[in-house]
Amino acid sequence: MTAGLAQALQPAVRANRRQRLVERWMAFAFVFPAVLLLTVITLAPLVVLLVLSFTDYELGNTTTEIVGLSNFSKAMADTVFRRSIWNTAVYVAIVLPGAVGFGLLVAILVHGRKKTRSFYEIAYFLPVASTLIAMATVWQFLLHPQLGPINAFLNLIGIGKLTFLSDPALALPSLAVLAMWQLIGFNMVLFLAGLSSIPKDLYEAAEIDGCASGLDRFMTITWPMLGPTTMFVIVTTSITAFKVFDTVALLTRGGPMGTTEVLLYAIYLEAFQYFRTGYAAALTLIFLVFILAFSLIQTLILDRRVHYG
Amino acid sequence: MSAAAPNRPIQRGRPLLTRAWRVLGHVLVHVFLLSGAVFMLLPFIWMLITAIKPPAEIFTATLSFWPKQFYGWENFKFAMTNAPMLRFALNGVILCSGILIVQLLVAIPCAYALAKMNFPGQRTLFVLILLGLAIPVQVPALPLYIGLASLDLLNTYFAMMLPFFLSAFAIFLLRQFFKGFPDDIIHAARLDGMSEFEIVWRIVTPSAWPAIAAFSVFSIVAHWNDLYWPLIVISDVRLAPPPLGMMFFADAETGSNYGALTAAATILTAPLVIAFLFARRRFIEGITMTGIK
Repeated sequence: MTAGLAQALQPAVRANRRQRLVERWMAFAFVFPAVLLLTVITLAPLVVLLVLSFTDYELGNTTTEIVGLSNFSKAMADTVFRRSIWNTAVYVAIVLPGAVGFGLLVAILVHGRKKTRSFYEIAYFLPVASTLIAMATVWQFLLHPQLGPINAFLNLIGIGKLTFLSDPALALPSLAVLAMWQLIGFNMVLFLAGLSSIPKDLYEAAEIDGCASGLDRFMTITWPMLGPTTMFVIVTTSITAFKVFDTVALLTRGGPMGTTEVLLYAIYLEAFQYFRTGYAAALTLIFLVFILAFSLIQTLILDRRVHYG
Repeated sequence: MSAAAPNRPIQRGRPLLTRAWRVLGHVLVHVFLLSGAVFMLLPFIWMLITAIKPPAEIFTATLSFWPKQFYGWENFKFAMTNAPMLRFALNGVILCSGILIVQLLVAIPCAYALAKMNFPGQRTLFVLILLGLAIPVQVPALPLYIGLASLDLLNTYFAMMLPFFLSAFAIFLLRQFFKGFPDDIIHAARLDGMSEFEIVWRIVTPSAWPAIAAFSVFSIVAHWNDLYWPLIVISDVRLAPPPLGMMFFADAETGSNYGALTAAATILTAPLVIAFLFARRRFIEGITMTGIK
């Protein structure tokens, strides 16, 4: 029976070989547009960036010299650039615990709701679906020292006026709160997905074993089971916060007194306002190193989520 | 499922106390969630209210909630006549659809080849796609800007779309999806004399509809809201997509005409918010399936 089957398959095997050759050329045709675009959009620019970073090229210059690593050493000594890295780190450090912590808390509470769940989902997710630049304009008005309702309220309860966006001590935290406003709903939904994938019988088993209180159940089941989701949320939130640009460009432009100079905004100014191309290329590569470190972790987690999630 | 059955007796032992705790717990949870929801919705509510307030009320009565005089018509008219709001929205539609169509046309065959075909360099290409997944537009922005400037292509829709024509994420996601497609069906289709081209577009692609729909939502939301790249390549107001248009308008309106500004914000936020309210599940799926924003 096996011999008969093999014989019957022989023409198929030969056809298969021809098929394989055709398939190879078809595959090349299928991936060609993607490869071309990948080269033009990503790979070639990376090479150009690397080359530019070793030069003193400025857009419109007629002569350009190779300056070795001096752009990088200049960046390390540049107070504006160092400050922008520091500010970005502070910003991430404020946004990360707020957006992840509240996202988790809200998700756990919303997860237990039945009738009101849709309402809370819509309310918390609405900022994610809205245009940040448009809503940032609204926030600017809400935080306005003279016209804003928040200051009117603070005045009413006797705290007095706070100039959120023009006070050096408050500007960066204000932008961070704005980022949390947009990220909490996003993280909530990721956590909700994680929560609904925890098997219900685990909780029942824990109850039988004496884990009665909500906190007990959270510590023994929810928190460990949410581990991969939490890791994923932490990394994506870090990347999003690290790439802060829109609110700075619209609301503070790096001010007051450089307290909201962040990494991407500094790069944007060097590259597209001052046109110090070579220097900006070096800064972009430093930015890339940070992003790759984050993304490496993210890709590993994403891969696992897609495979086993 | 009788999940609550085993612990009934325990609750019956101390009914009053348990119920009191329960009610208190519920109240606290709702108080917390509601204050959070107010924080989330406050900007939207204030935006809508301010958009129908006259300047006099905006400048004086800072905590008055409802406008005494309805001024919405004037504010929206001001926004519409002083900036091409509908043009910004139209630019957003052109930008998003142009990007999405090319992304899908490029990504679907590539993802299929990576998932179901064998060719030399397959692994290398996949690693490069993973690399592309990690690189945000801010990295190639400078060389792309120089290239587009030297080709005299700044201030075009093409320049605005170019960096996004290849979505490494779409390829990654669809490859994953196509891998689960049964090989038997593909073999059967080949034996029936179907070309690979037909197999991709007529058999495999329709099966990936949920992934494609979710990716489309993700792509549209991302590019409707993107500011960084348009800010670099577009200086012509008539080509500005919504965020850049909003920025131009806010810059021009330095006299803090918040009635008109919030009217503009309402116009430019409305399309996505309305789409979200109508297709909530798809939206949430699309935006969060990636975690990449």
